[in-house]
Amino acid sequence: MANVFTRVGDWVNERAPNLAPTFRKHMTEYYAPKNFNLWYYFGSLALLVLVNQIITGIFLTMNYKTSALEAFNSVEYIMRDVEWGWLIRYMHSTGASLFFVVVFLHMFRGIMYGSFKRPRELVWILGMLIFLVLMAEAFMGYVLPWGNMSFWGAKVIISLFGTIPYIGSSLVEWIMGDFLPADATLNRFFALHVIALPLVLLLLVVLHLAALHEVGSNNPDGVDVKHGPKGNRWDATKPADAIPFHPYYTVKDAVGVGFFLVIAAFIIFFAPTFGGWFLEHDNFTPANNLVTPSHIKPSWYFTPFYAILRMIPSFFGTAIWGVIGMFGAILLLVLLPWIDQGEVRSVRYRGLGFRIALGVLVFSFLALGAVGAGVTAELIPAWFPHADVTTWENAFGRLMVLGYFGFFVFLWVYTRFGFEKTKPVPERVTTHD
Amino acid sequence: MIKRYLSALALTLGLVAAAVPVLAAEGGEGLPSAGTNVADRAALQRGAKLFFNYCVGCHSLKYVRYSRLADDLGLSEDEVMTHFNFTGAKFGEQVISHMPVDDAKAWFGKDPPDLSLEARSKGVDFIFNYLNSFYLDPSRPVGWNNTVFPNASMPNPLWELQGLQVAVHSAAKPGAEAVVEKLELSKPGRLTPEQFRGATRDLATFLEYTAEPAALERQSVGIWVILFLVVLTFLLYLLKKEYWRDVHESHD
Repeated sequence: MANVFTRVGDWVNERAPNLAPTFRKHMTEYYAPKNFNLWYYFGSLALLVLVNQIITGIFLTMNYKTSALEAFNSVEYIMRDVEWGWLIRYMHSTGASLFFVVVFLHMFRGIMYGSFKRPRELVWILGMLIFLVLMAEAFMGYVLPWGNMSFWGAKVIISLFGTIPYIGSSLVEWIMGDFLPADATLNRFFALHVIALPLVLLLLVVLHLAALHEVGSNNPDGVDVKHGPKGNRWDATKPADAIPFHPYYTVKDAVGVGFFLVIAAFIIFFAPTFGGWFLEHDNFTPANNLVTPSHIKPSWYFTPFYAILRMIPSFFGTAIWGVIGMFGAILLLVLLPWIDQGEVRSVRYRGLGFRIALGVLVFSFLALGAVGAGVTAELIPAWFPHADVTTWENAFGRLMVLGYFGFFVFLWVYTRFGFEKTKPVPERVTTHD
Repeated sequence: MIKRYLSALALTLGLVAAAVPVLAAEGGEGLPSAGTNVADRAALQRGAKLFFNYCVGCHSLKYVRYSRLADDLGLSEDEVMTHFNFTGAKFGEQVISHMPVDDAKAWFGKDPPDLSLEARSKGVDFIFNYLNSFYLDPSRPVGWNNTVFPNASMPNPLWELQGLQVAVHSAAKPGAEAVVEKLELSKPGRLTPEQFRGATRDLATFLEYTAEPAALERQSVGIWVILFLVVLTFLLYLLKKEYWRDVHESHD
């Protein structure tokens, strides 16, 4: 038997001599720093969720009907009449939300440990492109069940393009293929959601990983293991503080996967709507252009960006500033490797100013999420019965917008002009013996 | 190490468990809880009986098949077709009301909505409280009003059971309309108030089931899936620990 495998292996090697070395470089013998902590699980978890979305998505398309007349009914058909259809649909809907949970944590890890810094700028930019495509993918997927929130969410988001001067209104019509989100909109979103964007997403993920394996992973100490001493028990030429990805990180990531699946299964089987956060109440009513839901709000993972849009007021007779602010919030993240000019990567050895600024970023991002989801609109009257809700919400929301953008401004000034007092970075990773 | 994993697991599960009452609630913010239990088969059967005696005249359950009702409620084909099916539909067909749409619009101003997904879009608490909050109001076209859903177009379909309720208004502030302070029973129905709350709870339970028939299955399957995953994760942890012995030894 072993003989057959060897012969097949030799046959392939003769015809594709670079295949095995490539596989070793990117998979089995990729050397990664040995001091990864909890924050390093989210990359592999994001990959797991991507695979889940593709597989469950394929099965959903087998019974979903791409038509404004039939879409809503076909989703209920999947929930009731298709064998295990409810499970496949909940895995897909829960997966969508958990995708953003792990991606947000993965991005935060990158900011915290300086993984975006030289020489990993390309890895970071490719990652941010993945994030952008993922947002488009999630938005279009959300429209497909053709519930009332799908319809109104689509209407609000697409109308953002209407704020662009001169071409705005014709652009909106062009995107929708109609004067309202309609059958034409649903069909093109389906095409983009199930084939166009997933292809782009997969390509970007491959590039993201290839770029990472070219430069090697960062680690919680932000130390370059490639520049440290060489030689470990597996290979005399590889960094002393690195270990082969397989089997050490494959088994370690498998523990993370098990842990993650317990939480995911809990949501799928016991709280699939997650209290209206993963599947909204208003989306169990079919799309109706005559009945507006009482609170139109996007899915929870868009709420921080949606809040930036809402909190920035219109002036000079146009509402485009909020749209610019919303997209600018993402663009600033893309530009982070050039905004943050500090030499030290990891938060462990960075100045106090960076730690405080990072805290402000996290707080304002979460607070903006609460504003965008309408949580503050409920809490303010409950806590301060006599307060004027709009005034208070605007004041709080705008302060948080300043907090978010302030992070980037502060970081540039702080690192560009040498205000940062860093601690000495160790020569090797701190757990090397 | 194992202690750290276990405490992290305990913390996460604790947080999720603490969130369950909040997350399991389906809308109807601020209303008293309906206290339904969708796994209670007897309540589902009683709720179905009420639905097919009092509601199906106007409201459809267009996503619910008679055959599925028989399976999930533990009834025979004969029982379902005799007691629930008044339209001559086949056993495998859905529950469609025979009320003519045009007449309904003329009588109530709108077509009575399909109730299959009502418990998911409005919430069971809404259904339960709505059914308990009808009162006589001569100013409305059909003579009824509702405190949970003001100016609802539906008259109280269960008035025979509940009796008649009237509103007690609080003293009106100058320039404002009087607010309904509470509802009082002016003429008792066939059920006592306690029995009526039980009946409407059963009806809400039945509609919670029709909104998501999978709810019966997913919880019983879910326990086994989670137990399996917990055992698997533990085994994976042991595997990881065994492999990583190399990494820790390589320091020496």
